Amino acid sequence: MARAISTRRKLTFTAIGWAVGLLIFFPVLWTILTSFKTELDAISIPPKFLFFDWTLENYVTVQERSNYFRFMMNSIYLSLGSTFVGLLFAIPAAWAMAFSPTPRTKDVLLWMLSTKMLPAVGVLIPIYLVFRDFGLLDSRVGLIGVLFLINLPIMVWMLYTYFKEIPGEILEAARMDGASLSKEITHVLAPMSVPGIASTVLLSVILAWNEAFWTLNLTTSDAAPLTTFIASYSSPQGNFYAKLSAASTLAIAPILILGWFSQKQLVRGLTFGAVK
Amino acid sequence: MGNIKLREVSKSFGSTKVIPSIDLDIEDGEFVVFVGPSGCGKSTLLRLIAGLEDVTGGQILIDGKDATGLAPAKRGLSMVFQSYALYPHMSVRGNIAFPLKMAGEDKATIDRKVGEAARVLNLTDYLDRKPRQLSGGQRQRVAIGRAIVREPEAFLFDEPLSNLDAALRVNMRLEISELHQQLKTTMIYVTHDQVEAMTMADKIVVLQAGNIEQVGSPLELYKAPRNRFVAGFIGSPKMNFVEGAEAQKHGAQTIGIRPEHIAISKGEGTWQGTVGVSEHLGSDTFLHVNVDGLGTITARADGEMDVRHGDRVSLTPDSSKIHKFDQNGLAIR
Repeated sequence: MARAISTRRKLTFTAIGWAVGLLIFFPVLWTILTSFKTELDAISIPPKFLFFDWTLENYVTVQERSNYFRFMMNSIYLSLGSTFVGLLFAIPAAWAMAFSPTPRTKDVLLWMLSTKMLPAVGVLIPIYLVFRDFGLLDSRVGLIGVLFLINLPIMVWMLYTYFKEIPGEILEAARMDGASLSKEITHVLAPMSVPGIASTVLLSVILAWNEAFWTLNLTTSDAAPLTTFIASYSSPQGNFYAKLSAASTLAIAPILILGWFSQKQLVRGLTFGAVK
Repeated sequence: MGNIKLREVSKSFGSTKVIPSIDLDIEDGEFVVFVGPSGCGKSTLLRLIAGLEDVTGGQILIDGKDATGLAPAKRGLSMVFQSYALYPHMSVRGNIAFPLKMAGEDKATIDRKVGEAARVLNLTDYLDRKPRQLSGGQRQRVAIGRAIVREPEAFLFDEPLSNLDAALRVNMRLEISELHQQLKTTMIYVTHDQVEAMTMADKIVVLQAGNIEQVGSPLELYKAPRNRFVAGFIGSPKMNFVEGAEAQKHGAQTIGIRPEHIAISKGEGTWQGTVGVSEHLGSDTFLHVNVDGLGTITARADGEMDVRHGDRVSLTPDSSKIHKFDQNGLAIR
């Protein structure tokens, strides 16, 4: 018998749901609101929620002081570039592990994940020195290399769980039906893994876009993405909350919009395999 | 032509010998069923014939030609899988057309053959649907459609009905048998269900632990099982086995008697016992009788027979239908 849920219970759960949602969203909302305030309103106590003089002057100042589009282009280069290079390695790796596993496959997967357990700062100095000696500091190529490497384990894991879900019998059926290996891949495997690859791409782009440790430490200007752009506003010379908020809003806007439109794919990607 | 011969075929996975050595002849147009308990190697044997697994030793001849090293697609066989293995991103039409497309047939031929297969399998109205929009039985028919359009030398079925519910399974069993009569193509069918084997096969191959226990027509296996394993596996409910003094009276280590060959009466009889569970199927009643000194014996009674738990009955086995086995479990003829 299905358990009947009373209206009161439903209302309570809805209220709790909204409360948690708002709690998580509040910092983002506050940042966006603050970006439209004057510097004075931004630090006023008690804080002003909606009733203040709405202004765009922060955005104008931010664009005048630093070239937003240059940073954004760098963010795009870095996130797309690292994702693309990542796919080149992650697809064959995940493919091999899913379709011709060895007794050691699980260990390899765990080992790859274990690299994510090391704090990034632990390898900062060696990597910085390598970058310096090879002239890679403040270069997009160098950063793409680092970003792709830190996201690679997650990409392999995600793709592996996707490929694992493709039943081997379907591939055998294709083989029986006369498909060569290349046709098996183009006609059967690739179309079946498009959703998996798409959500892996999305997650990788988002992670690379938001990555702040390496981008801040290895760039100064030429290759600097939006994370550096935001950081440049948290200067010690004074509190420019409104301008910092405007910069942050500008930096997260593209990824927020991308995330909003692809949330269905993303949720599926992150919970895939959890339930049948 | 679609005759298949296995010559000393063996298969090992690592150090595990799954199939020690098998010789088997399958004639053109025959409906052969591989049956056995799970893990007996029947699916592996089918996959060896299909070419999805490589043999460790021996030869597979298809139409007299050595096919041992050929790729699956080159063997001229089609296979229907247990999970149907339909391509989820293609329509029913796309699924059935796939092998033809791979063979490089022109569009007109593909359309004609797909239309023909869909008509035979009652799928014409569903050609533009995706597999997920179909019921289990329809999916199974699509899988069969994909197999028949290639006009193969032989069809291989790997437990195709085990994912269907009981009623549908009986229907599909009939449909596959009818299809065999229409096409007259060799079919090799793997199942663990001896009822499927009995009802569909021209020839049953009983397997256990990778060895062939017996090959024969359903009635041959039923009437003259070669050993205790086959005797116990074929027939439903299972044959009763009796050991000890009662068996020695017949000069055997073990005797076997099928439930349908035991007469039940409330008067005099060979064995006396108390009714334990009685299963009323309507047409038949199966009585599980605790026979004094022998243990539980299953006997078939008329559907109308009114017996209850705890009733005393006598059982009389039909002496001409008693199977005798020696200490190695082999039948004594």
